[in-house]
Amino acid sequence: MKKFVSKFLMAVLAVTLFAVPAAWAENIKVGAILAVTGPASFLGGPEARTLEMLVEDVNSRGGINGNMIELIIKDSAASPEKAISFAKQLIEEENVLAIIGPSTSGETLKIKNICEEAKVPLLSCASAELIVNPVAAYVFKTPQNDSFAAKKIFMEMNKMGISKIAVLAGNTGFGKAGKEQLLTIAPEFNIEVVEAEVYDKSSNDLSAVVAKIKANKDVQAVVNWSVVPAQAIVAKNMRQAGWDVPLFQSHGFGNIKYVEAAGAAAEGIIFPAGRLLIADSLSDDNPQKGLLLEYKKNYEDKYKETVSTFGGHAYDAFTILMAAIAEGGNDRDKVRAALEGLKNFAGTAGVFNFSAEDHNGLGMDAFQMMTVKDGKFVAYTGK
Amino acid sequence: MTLELSIQYLMAGITYGSIYAIVAIGFNIIYNTTGIINFAQGEFVMFGGMIAITLLNFMPLPLAIFLAVVITMFIGALIEICFIRWLKSPSVLRMIIITIGISILSREVAVHIWGESIRSLPYFVGNEITSIPILGARISPQVMWVVLVSALMVVCLGLFFKTTSVGREMRACASNRKAATLCGINTRNMVTLSFVLSAGIGALAGCIMSPITYSQYDMGTGLAIKGFTVAILGGLGSSGGAVVAGLLLGVIEAFSVSVVPLAFQDAISIAILLGILFIRPQGLFGSKEAAGLKEY
Repeated sequence: MKKFVSKFLMAVLAVTLFAVPAAWAENIKVGAILAVTGPASFLGGPEARTLEMLVEDVNSRGGINGNMIELIIKDSAASPEKAISFAKQLIEEENVLAIIGPSTSGETLKIKNICEEAKVPLLSCASAELIVNPVAAYVFKTPQNDSFAAKKIFMEMNKMGISKIAVLAGNTGFGKAGKEQLLTIAPEFNIEVVEAEVYDKSSNDLSAVVAKIKANKDVQAVVNWSVVPAQAIVAKNMRQAGWDVPLFQSHGFGNIKYVEAAGAAAEGIIFPAGRLLIADSLSDDNPQKGLLLEYKKNYEDKYKETVSTFGGHAYDAFTILMAAIAEGGNDRDKVRAALEGLKNFAGTAGVFNFSAEDHNGLGMDAFQMMTVKDGKFVAYTGK
Repeated sequence: MTLELSIQYLMAGITYGSIYAIVAIGFNIIYNTTGIINFAQGEFVMFGGMIAITLLNFMPLPLAIFLAVVITMFIGALIEICFIRWLKSPSVLRMIIITIGISILSREVAVHIWGESIRSLPYFVGNEITSIPILGARISPQVMWVVLVSALMVVCLGLFFKTTSVGREMRACASNRKAATLCGINTRNMVTLSFVLSAGIGALAGCIMSPITYSQYDMGTGLAIKGFTVAILGGLGSSGGAVVAGLLLGVIEAFSVSVVPLAFQDAISIAILLGILFIRPQGLFGSKEAAGLKEY
């Protein structure tokens, strides 16, 4: 009996093993490793929903050159260990054409070499510059560089005549990398960082540290660099303390939920971000306007939540990959070459111009300084 | 350090401290009747805040908070009845593992219901930028709410345990479960009641602190660790001890910012926890004798 059962199981296994690939032969498999749950879920959640929406859309229009796209999303919960094992699984077992993600910089850096060695194109949705510098032939990223955001902020400070600042950063990979960039770049703009503190991503209240930096009378402005919800607490505690110096935030503030969380304290926060947030008010000749409005409308209609720049990074990764597949077909090397050759490709983060040296493809102009007015993002035009 | 800055630190410390203290009191109530630490206590806080935020769409704020507390109490009862009550030989270790499981389960349920984004109740008085000046320092009116409600809760609990017969029965369970059973007290119901009570306290805490700290599906873990530290520091089972220890830890954390970088704030509370476990395992206000009688 036992023998029969095992033989039967073998037979079933054999049939499914042969039948499944045959049935899916026309499909192009794309993997995605995203932090759908866990501490970075506010990145991975919108990213996963964006990808699901886009795949449905592409397939309903007949796929790419007649080939259907099969998307396999793995939830890494922002754990680098899980990202590594999912990357191996996607490459070795699922044999995907390319991988989109991971959501966070830490995870991406862990799987950068795995994808490079396996020669599988990776399109990261994380922003750290280390991902594309040094350049790895198969690794690309869609979010703008941190250093561009830091430079944008400092340029604005120079205009406002601010020279001494305090830096507050969340203790995530994004926060730490941003703090490094700010401290390194500040001297180039003749700005002195007189206070620098790092806060926990699960902080409940930060009034003590705000009191500390407020007591330093030299501080003319605060840069709060973080991507976690606690960044809204900084804004609240500053305004509650009756402190009204300009508050700058990073592109990690680009989610309207943080504005809602900070409420009245969010008014007047200045930060650099992609144009997706102010798509409505762009001039009609802007190359991004059409796709921004379309993405925003489709996403908001489908999921009943406001679009964020993070979902936009997944949008860019997916549309860029589809453009490369349309050119290179179901072949990793041809797709990689096609990715590197993409020029003037409008996405949500900016207009991409990839090259062999630049696997991000975005310039400083991808960022636009914004502020919060009446609970909404608007373009910042200066005082 | 100027007087103004000291008061600002003190107020920040009181804010953290009151929050820690309420969570610790929730730990203590269940510890007193069952001898276990309920690691899902932080999740009660999360449920309270999240449910109130959802209910706020349909009703005014006080009613939403009241209903959220009642619903969370119901959840507390349900958890006890489903997972703890039927245990034949409820060894302490087993129950603790069960509460850890419940905590993970609750987080998963919450992320499916409310998603991963942060939410918050509106400020009870004023808004995000309102503050009241106190001796040159400025604090949010919501901090006053947290302090007042915590104080009120401690007083009411004290009265409940000292003056009502149910309260006395719960205390009897706490000192000796077998003896209490022999006196005709239904100890099982007392355990359920302790879950209901601490769920209610957690939920109320979740509501009043939501405007300050925000509510998110995974907020419970961090709170549980701090609340646990405070419960140990004050002496497990002692509500008064929890309040003093909570305020002490909060104030130490707030003032530590002026000396060491903020990044080490959590290291300080963990160092205090370790120190107390080595030097005075029964806590600042627990008696050594009573601690010796406990199973855990």
